[in-house]
Amino acid sequence: MYSEKVMDHFANPRNVGEIENANAVGQVGNAKCGDIMKIYMDIEDDKIKDVKFKTFGCGAAIATSSMATEMVKGKTVKEALELTNKAVMEALDGLPPEKVHCSVLAEEAIHSAIDDYYKRSGISLGVEHNCSGCCADCSKKNI
Amino acid sequence: MKSVYLDNNATTYMKKEVVDAMLPYLYENFGNASSKFYQIGREAEQAVASFREKIADILGAKPNEIYFTGSGCEADNWAIKGIADAYRNKGNHIITSQIEHHAVLSACEFLEKHGFEVTYLPVDEYGIVNPIDVEKAITDKTILISIMTANNEIGAIEPICEISEIAKKHKIIFHTDAVQAIGHMRVNVNELGVDMLSLSGHKFHGPKGIGVLYIRNGIRISNLIHGGGQERGKRAATENVAAMAGIAKALEIATNDLDENIKKLTEKRDRLIKGISEKIPYCRLNGPVGDNRLCNNVNFSFKYIEGESILMLLDMKGVAASSGSACASGSLDPSHVLLAIGLPHEIAHGSLRLSVGDDTTDEDIDYVLEVLPPIIERLRMMSPLYEEVIRNS
Repeated sequence: MYSEKVMDHFANPRNVGEIENANAVGQVGNAKCGDIMKIYMDIEDDKIKDVKFKTFGCGAAIATSSMATEMVKGKTVKEALELTNKAVMEALDGLPPEKVHCSVLAEEAIHSAIDDYYKRSGISLGVEHNCSGCCADCSKKNI
Repeated sequence: MKSVYLDNNATTYMKKEVVDAMLPYLYENFGNASSKFYQIGREAEQAVASFREKIADILGAKPNEIYFTGSGCEADNWAIKGIADAYRNKGNHIITSQIEHHAVLSACEFLEKHGFEVTYLPVDEYGIVNPIDVEKAITDKTILISIMTANNEIGAIEPICEISEIAKKHKIIFHTDAVQAIGHMRVNVNELGVDMLSLSGHKFHGPKGIGVLYIRNGIRISNLIHGGGQERGKRAATENVAAMAGIAKALEIATNDLDENIKKLTEKRDRLIKGISEKIPYCRLNGPVGDNRLCNNVNFSFKYIEGESILMLLDMKGVAASSGSACASGSLDPSHVLLAIGLPHEIAHGSLRLSVGDDTTDEDIDYVLEVLPPIIERLRMMSPLYEEVIRNS
């Protein structure tokens, strides 16, 4: 069901962990839906020097977190903000339809961390980062 | 790599004796059991009659109360929809439970769209239906009660005898889905007191694509498949003689070795439960303990992690298992059974079902107890939910 790249990033996830004294931390998703992604970044001069993640979720959630962190590492904040879920999916050679929301969550997690960085610098992106409405329960009750 | 199959609640391997019993009807005798005017047709007809008789005999039924179907799902669907249709002039209310197999639940939901009312009874924290709740739910419109003999996810064995007493007292038809029970506990329609009972061949080392619905004489049921006169005109289709041979043989073996099999499976089940409980912190056994639990079922929730990831890492170690997480089920919500026993969504997402079989060895159990704890630990170390636990410990 998963591509070889997804399996590789699931089995050998890149950038797992926390960054002590990170100056950007973002968390999206919720436990009820079955996936949470937390991204830590060390940003210097608007450049993402280091990035780490922690994810509670399925194989695709872990693989997309791993790939997304790989894709933004070393990039400028602006470049990272251009990361789309589509790009993450393409880099993983695709995801099953029911797992597309994992890539959305990965995009949101990156954006959420950068949003936090801006907030700390007194700038707000003005974007709300919540659960992407992945599960029926969420979309129904709009939690 | 070592290969350990621990998903016997999903399906089982076919025993050699079962395959041997089927082969003659795939090779030498391909006759149509409804073509009685020549030898191989008659032989097929006689064979079908003998398989029906054998199954009836084992279940404590009469041969004309045994109907072959294409699966356990089909048997459940037919029982629910066939009774609803046949008795709709009498009433439109059905009682079932929240932890039934989707074959029952989805059939009930279908009927709700067609004017029927369905009560989905809650269960206790172990997944057991309270017979008092069944009696309370009965109205003068109730035409059918359907409660499973044993649950496929958490192994809860339901109080079928008590519920059948209530059904009898109120003269309501009682169906039970015994798909998981066969081979794991004694199943006799008279002892259970049920009017209808569903079986599925592949859950007890028989072939896939064959099931049985027992329908007690005197119960009216609408025909399922219209066509020829097979299955007393109720379920038309040329008899799948080989599959019938297979399910009859599998049932015979499952029943002959029942006591010994229960003892062996229970030992393996309890070793797994004990080992996991001792080796892995923050876990919870889902379903009952002891005799109220299917002898081959183990179901744990591991806090702070998600089930599909556990399955994928177990698969990399050669272990086949299943999970009630939303991701693993391909649906959006975690298992309805785990939610019904009161688990919060996040705990339900982290569930793992391991179901042992008669080919599960002590080495297999040791192997799982060796590879599972590091898998759980590895996923927890990746989980943001576990950070606080580490910080506080």
